[in-house]
Amino acid sequence: MVFLGGQVLPGNVGRAILGPFADQRAVDALNHSLGVDRPLLVQYGSWIWNFLHGDMGTSYVFRAPVAPFVVDALGNSMKLALVAFVLVVPIGILGGVIAALNFNRPLDRIISLGGLSVTVLPEFVTGIILILIFGVWLRWLPIAAAWPKGAGFFTQLYYLILPSLPLFLVLFGYIARMARSGMIEALDSDYTRTAVLKGLPWRTVIWRHVLRNALLPTITVIATQTGYLIGGLVVIETLFRYQGIGSLIFTAARGKDFPMLEAGILTIGIVYAVATLVADFLYSVLNPRIRLGAEQ
Amino acid sequence: MSATDTPASPPAPAAPDTASRSPWGEVLHSLLRSGTFLTGLFILLFWVVCALFGQYFVPYDPLASDIINALTPPAADHWFGTDQLGRDVFSRVIVGSRDILTVAPLATILATIAGTALGLLIGYFRGIVDDIVSRVLEAFMAIPVVIIALLAIVALGTSKITVIVVIGLSFAPIIARTVRSAVLAERELDYVAAAKLRHEGALHTMFVEILPNVIPPILVETTVRLGYAIFAVATLSFMGFGIQPPSPDWGLSISSNYGMIGGGFWWTVLFDALAIASLVIGVNLVADGVHGAFND
Repeated sequence: MVFLGGQVLPGNVGRAILGPFADQRAVDALNHSLGVDRPLLVQYGSWIWNFLHGDMGTSYVFRAPVAPFVVDALGNSMKLALVAFVLVVPIGILGGVIAALNFNRPLDRIISLGGLSVTVLPEFVTGIILILIFGVWLRWLPIAAAWPKGAGFFTQLYYLILPSLPLFLVLFGYIARMARSGMIEALDSDYTRTAVLKGLPWRTVIWRHVLRNALLPTITVIATQTGYLIGGLVVIETLFRYQGIGSLIFTAARGKDFPMLEAGILTIGIVYAVATLVADFLYSVLNPRIRLGAEQ
Repeated sequence: MSATDTPASPPAPAAPDTASRSPWGEVLHSLLRSGTFLTGLFILLFWVVCALFGQYFVPYDPLASDIINALTPPAADHWFGTDQLGRDVFSRVIVGSRDILTVAPLATILATIAGTALGLLIGYFRGIVDDIVSRVLEAFMAIPVVIIALLAIVALGTSKITVIVVIGLSFAPIIARTVRSAVLAERELDYVAAAKLRHEGALHTMFVEILPNVIPPILVETTVRLGYAIFAVATLSFMGFGIQPPSPDWGLSISSNYGMIGGGFWWTVLFDALAIASLVIGVNLVADGVHGAFND
């Protein structure tokens, strides 16, 4: 499917590389040497075959194998996504839990409405505003995510805080909302009432009975957000000039560098599939009903 | 165009019989008492007025450059300062609402029409049609909109029509899913059985009998989608894949000016960012109000 997407893009490859004024014969010759004049099915077969063997093709623009670019970019993107996730998962869940425990009180309103507002804003808008506040006015954080070569872990982290914040804001709303509604449902349930009536301390009820049940749907949401996160990365990496998989796809799309584009998007597809799998696995580990069902 | 955003009023006259007027009246009544809805509507109407009549009351021509006065900070004669070509930022922000408020609603309408037709079809026929179409829709929804849009726009070239079609078609599956689940509940009801007994055709049953009864979820989903459409249009413009220069569009202005943000020229991007933020939040408040009014 990715391959077809890349191929349907009309736009003569040879023409795109050589520019609009090149001789038609030169264009044909280049097309032939790149193999793009072969029938689609033949190209598809060799593409899949090579991809499985770690050969993602040769970039039309850089005239070099695609794989190192994709691997580097993926590594960079994962750093960025990881920083965002490490920040947002605990804080988002905490926000949702606090909101639920203060159901319909001002604190709940503030968290819910604030979370909703920042979630619906495009990342580049929150990104710009954050850059202005922390990068331009306060001068606390660097405005581009390009650290000096050979920078250590903490320096890299320092450069990644600002780019990860817009992702944090979007995800915070989703996660907090799911955690909140899961908590409210669990607090309202019969087993919670039973636990309270048994005379268990409130703290134990929350930790052992409510949280465990409330957080299940939240985990699923976190995994489904990987898909969103990838879209968000394209924007954020462009805004902060960060060499990740998102900006790789963006640049490849602009330059009609199809092998790069296809490899980038297929990589994203694989990451997405793995994330979904991990979420299913986590869900079953945390949910005894599914776990027991599978064992029987 | 944007008059369609006031959801409850148009259907009311379309339902003259007394039996169905009272529910719509009730919805309208609760909408008018909802602070969320009214606040959102106020913001939305403000930008609609700017889009329609802005060009008649702005102090400067939003496209007229004045190089000598380029990049002047906000002052009495240029309230929001001027950009790198000396264009008045205030005038550009006011008139900049025009393109996004044309493209986003049109995309939403396209998504609603396509999604409703598809949802009715798969919800009504179920069986193998439903199985196949639903799987395809799920596959589509797994890909981030930004990525779909990127591929499609590289393939088809950039124009407002492309943006409308791309966003419209990528949102259609989501609306189709909502409509499908509403239709699944409706098709078991007696009036559908009665229509079948009268030997009404499938199309008649779907569009004349069922459709009027699933309007509320469609309206709610449409207002929610409008918010996301604005999000998507703004993001695509920012990426350079949407509305093209010299339009004073907000996303586009940010993308052409944020490179200078490190130089301290904050006024060239801040007001555009705030404009997008206010519009997106306004539409989401409206959507929240509509959702609340139908689900009380």
